[in-house]
Amino acid sequence: MNVKTFLAMLARDAHVARRNIWALLTQTMLQPLLFTFVFGRVMTGSGMMPASYKGMLAPGIMGMSMVMTGIQAVSMPLIAEFQFTREIEDRLLAPMRIEWLAVEKILAGMIQALVAGTVVMLAAWLVLGGEVGLNFHRPLVFAAVMVLVALLSAAGGLMLGCSVGQTQIGLMFSLVIAPMIFFGCVYYPWSALRGFPVLQKLVLLNPLVYASEGLRGALVPQVPHIPVAVVAGALLVIDAGLIVGGLKKFYGKAVS
Amino acid sequence: MGVGVCIKELRKVYTSPPPMAAGPAGFGTMGARGAAPKQKQKKAFEIVALDGISLEIRPGEIFGLLGPNGAGKSTTIGILTTRVRPTSGEARIGKFDVWRQQVETKRLIGVVQQRPNLDFSLTAREILLFHGAYYGIAKGERARRAEELLQRFQLVTRADDMVRGFSGGMMQRLSIARAMVHDPEVLFLDEPSTGLDPQTKLLLWEIIREYNKNGKTILLTTHNMDEADALCHRIAIVDHGHVIAQGTPAELKAAIPGGYLVRVHVGKGSPELVERLQLLPGVTEVRADGNAVDLYADRGGALIGAIVAAVGESGTELCDVHISEPSLENLFLHHTGRSLRA
Repeated sequence: MNVKTFLAMLARDAHVARRNIWALLTQTMLQPLLFTFVFGRVMTGSGMMPASYKGMLAPGIMGMSMVMTGIQAVSMPLIAEFQFTREIEDRLLAPMRIEWLAVEKILAGMIQALVAGTVVMLAAWLVLGGEVGLNFHRPLVFAAVMVLVALLSAAGGLMLGCSVGQTQIGLMFSLVIAPMIFFGCVYYPWSALRGFPVLQKLVLLNPLVYASEGLRGALVPQVPHIPVAVVAGALLVIDAGLIVGGLKKFYGKAVS
Repeated sequence: MGVGVCIKELRKVYTSPPPMAAGPAGFGTMGARGAAPKQKQKKAFEIVALDGISLEIRPGEIFGLLGPNGAGKSTTIGILTTRVRPTSGEARIGKFDVWRQQVETKRLIGVVQQRPNLDFSLTAREILLFHGAYYGIAKGERARRAEELLQRFQLVTRADDMVRGFSGGMMQRLSIARAMVHDPEVLFLDEPSTGLDPQTKLLLWEIIREYNKNGKTILLTTHNMDEADALCHRIAIVDHGHVIAQGTPAELKAAIPGGYLVRVHVGKGSPELVERLQLLPGVTEVRADGNAVDLYADRGGALIGAIVAAVGESGTELCDVHISEPSLENLFLHHTGRSLRA
């Protein structure tokens, strides 16, 4: 790999992200904050939900924000740049193997997902107050889950960005993203689906489940969650699959 | 000194629609292969874009690939710039095999694509600066080169504007400036003057000649024979993935039988008329297609009187006469029976 070229591309993405910082933050923060406020403050404050729901909700919202941020940060520019503006061509011609550009995209997406996760976590803490009960007694577990979730989001973004046509973006949101969020154990733990045994098995195909449950295991181990080791194993397998598949798709798009 | 380009027996068969690398006109008019419609349905997608092209472009030369849309020009450039995988054959830039030594090749080349592909998230100056950074050029040096190119391409006043609002001509100028930031040994220009006004076109030609004076090799594609004639040291005329003629513009024009082309339209064509026209002084070849007759001759206007007489003697009427001076357009027409602009 050509390190200078790789870093220059990362610098380009950082520069563009800095230029669009307010739009990016609004896009990342608004929806999670609204969810946190309505479900975490209004519902619990009115007594419709127990106060313990706050701790269950915060990691789910955080996981959702990370996954959505990474997917959008990587997939949306790729869809436009490959199919319409062709902006990516200059970088494809840079003196570096084409696959490294895809790796750079993944890394840039991961950084954005990690920033989004951290900002949403801090904001959720502010909105929900101390009762949310997040604990950082296992920093390494927390860091590992964060990295695996960020990788999941960025590699997923690469895969989607190289698979979806420009005319199918709306379909991507309604067919992939929306079901993913609702069946991603964001607003409820996986164990809450025990009354729906078939659904409970089916949602295991949804990568967001592992993001939400993994962060629950790392941040609020007192609430029910899938064991962190199982989550980490599943995320490793899914991440590896998405990276291999995404790189292959990217190469297919870049070279005729 | 200087780097040459060599391609041998290059073939490219697309088995799926090319996504982007071959450019929008890369396969425009090429037909899918397959004889009967029934067979076609069963057959997988297949387009032969290049059918065994061989070319040798010497170091320091301005070489033109001339041909209509779909001739295979953009696919040739796509292969030479690592973006299209050749089905068979060999492509080398300097000592490097383009497909096997992609990174080394990419260091030597600069590419201006047919359609502007500027980074819309950046300003004009940033585009040049980041491009320089991709090639590992030091910060101070890339700032100097960016400034120099912005001035040369008359973009200084808009240097710090986002390129989204640029006109087509400005985008094209910036695309060429970007391709020159890392001072490539071989510059590829795919239809560089498409959509440019005459003034900008002349500026572009001047810049291309100036860049070539530094010993750089330039390969450009065009379907504009005036551009090829004005700029190129040598030209290859391509059609349907084949090279149909190759040489200096002067050599190619001299190769047209007779040089002049006189196109005659008559009320009713006949073998007798063709025979009469063939006997006219200076006429080397006559081709008839219905009521249209093409005469290749060593003179133009001087033949008109004799043509009018010959048409009258064969009992039909003369509808139209058009004289073309020796040109690459005529050469293309002579080889393919079609106009280059078609």
